[in-house]
Amino acid sequence: MTYTNGLHYVTTFRTGDWATKLAYIVMGAGHLAHHQIVKGLLYLASEIGFFIFLFSDGLRLLQGMVTLGTRHQSWTYDKSLGIMVRTPGDNSMLMLIYGIMTLVLIVLFITVYCMNIKGAAKAEAIIADGRRPRGILAELATFLDGRFHVTLLTIPVIGVVIFTVMPLVYMISLAFTSYDHTHLPPRNLFGWVGLANFQNIISGDISGTFFPVLAWTLVWALLATVTCFFFGILLALLINDDSVKYKKFWRTLFVITMAVPPFVSLLVMQNLLHAAGPINTLLQNWGWISQPIPFLTDPWLAKVTVIVVNMWIGIPITMLISTAILINLPMDQVEAAQLDGANRYHIFRYITFPQILTVMMPSLIQQFIGNINNFNVIYLLTGGGPSNSHFYGAGDTDLLVTWLYKLTVDSADYNLAAVIGIITFVLSAVFSLLVYTRTTAYKEGSLR
Amino acid sequence: MKKKALWPRITLVILGIVWMFPIFWTVLTAFRGESGQFVSYIFPKHYSLNNFRNLFSNNPNFPFLLWLKNTLIVSIFSCLLSTFITVSMAYVLSRLRFKFRNTILKVALVLNMFPAFMAMIAVYYILKAFDLTQTLLALVLVYSSTAALTFYVAKGFFDTIPMSLDESAMIDGATKFQIFTKITLPMSQPIIVYTALMAFMQPWMDFIFAKIIMGDNVPKYTVSIGLYAMLNQTTANTLYTTFAAGCLVIALPITVLFIYLQKYYVAGITSGAVKG
Repeated sequence: MTYTNGLHYVTTFRTGDWATKLAYIVMGAGHLAHHQIVKGLLYLASEIGFFIFLFSDGLRLLQGMVTLGTRHQSWTYDKSLGIMVRTPGDNSMLMLIYGIMTLVLIVLFITVYCMNIKGAAKAEAIIADGRRPRGILAELATFLDGRFHVTLLTIPVIGVVIFTVMPLVYMISLAFTSYDHTHLPPRNLFGWVGLANFQNIISGDISGTFFPVLAWTLVWALLATVTCFFFGILLALLINDDSVKYKKFWRTLFVITMAVPPFVSLLVMQNLLHAAGPINTLLQNWGWISQPIPFLTDPWLAKVTVIVVNMWIGIPITMLISTAILINLPMDQVEAAQLDGANRYHIFRYITFPQILTVMMPSLIQQFIGNINNFNVIYLLTGGGPSNSHFYGAGDTDLLVTWLYKLTVDSADYNLAAVIGIITFVLSAVFSLLVYTRTTAYKEGSLR
Repeated sequence: MKKKALWPRITLVILGIVWMFPIFWTVLTAFRGESGQFVSYIFPKHYSLNNFRNLFSNNPNFPFLLWLKNTLIVSIFSCLLSTFITVSMAYVLSRLRFKFRNTILKVALVLNMFPAFMAMIAVYYILKAFDLTQTLLALVLVYSSTAALTFYVAKGFFDTIPMSLDESAMIDGATKFQIFTKITLPMSQPIIVYTALMAFMQPWMDFIFAKIIMGDNVPKYTVSIGLYAMLNQTTANTLYTTFAAGCLVIALPITVLFIYLQKYYVAGITSGAVKG
């Protein structure tokens, strides 16, 4: 029997024997009555443990998540000490975290509860067949065979739930609260505000920062992806040209720049391009310019600079991938075109480039998404600067992600940061959907 | 025979110079005898090893040896744990068929689309709840748990092993555990090496999570945040050449590893069309 919807649980209850029926209230009863003592006891223990937790702390923690705290931190006069003493109030942030942890536990318990009923029904069916259900040792052995996936997945899933899912649920909830720099626990409480933050960003005070930053993020992602892609292919073609010797040496030379840790190469770049850095000083010494070029401090020039520096990082990557593709391209079309008198440009424009584009389309959209979230280049090179006095907490080259980072780390506007995170997620999701509708795996009807 | 064109070679030489210049400049800075963040010439007036001596002198403000040790500890443990986690995820999702397989794939996809920093602060508070902030263990846990969602390259590899291999072993009575340990793992050496090395390199590159978790506890820094911290407002000018020396010390092994790994890297990008 499959348990795809709740109806099956009703059917099981109606058709089951007394032990299976009892398992709906006393977990493990079905197993205990059907010779699966250890499993039954474990289910029973988990039920008892869960309800002890629920009534001692769980309900209070859940309620705390709803109110997010009611008692403000206050100062009262302590007569014995003769000074003002701080009485701790509620800490909204901790209440939210504990509430989410409780919710995760409840979901876990419901899963165990459903397993309990399924197990009870199964044991009953086996007994009715005149066989004996598996003992605990045989049951454990299935974790190395039939249920081997459970064994392997346990640790990864626990890790993901604690360090990815719970934090994300927490941050997503923050988008609906007033947790900003004026509502910082433990000094102040914050509360639920519904969609006010979204409204603030779309049409309120913050929209004056949000839309320019969003526009620049999209422009940046588009330009960064296209420039790296186009020039990367040109570089690959250049290295693959018949006249070039030592192809492997050239390839490795460009790959080296990919391998240097980004914080090293980008901090060095920042130094090179600084107003007092070597490039500006040299140009001044040679008398080519009289004033240092504001590579990183002029709003427009800084945008050009980050795109150019990103080419320095990104072109070798495309070069490496498209070389692999170029080598495997069928040559017959090119040869036929050469016989027809096509020149290099025509061959590239009408044969090689379309072929590369088809193969690289998925990875191109991936790079586009990667660039929307490209933290390193902007943060290390310009730090989002030059700062713009019309923007709230952002500079002229800030992307949504670097703005998000500044909002959390520098200005403690967690609610705004959470909304930005959700919007970034929606952007990535929309473009990812484009990838999946284009991959063959999707057309075959399954996620590979 | 037509004379071969000269311009591709000249263009390549110019591009090569442009691309190598920042790296070349870092190397020169690391060996520069005169200190200072900005100098008005490219080639140093005199060369010395003083920057390296300074770097390893165990100065309490920048205990580079200690940072190296921290990073090594974190990267060894997180490499072991991450490799286990990534390979498990990839193997299960590629080779085993069970009820929630597609659900897990879809959830992983969605989770990968959230910007990583969004959860950063929450991760910090969760670690604080376990009293783990400013410990190396916290870094190991954070790096390893992110490994669970980076299984696409390894999964692509497992997908290429024919299923008939597993089936024939199953007919011979092998359990799934035996198939995993005795057949699949020995065949998967390249991808295990790749996964392990990638995991090993992560702590040497990351400076955001580490900074948030370690805060101002300088003796617990890893090299990347340590070096990054050396360039703050007050010390940037005096420590810049030492910083360059430090960069050279850690960039060299990473670069060698990366050049060795580049073929897997390409395979990972071109095959991992599903990665979000």
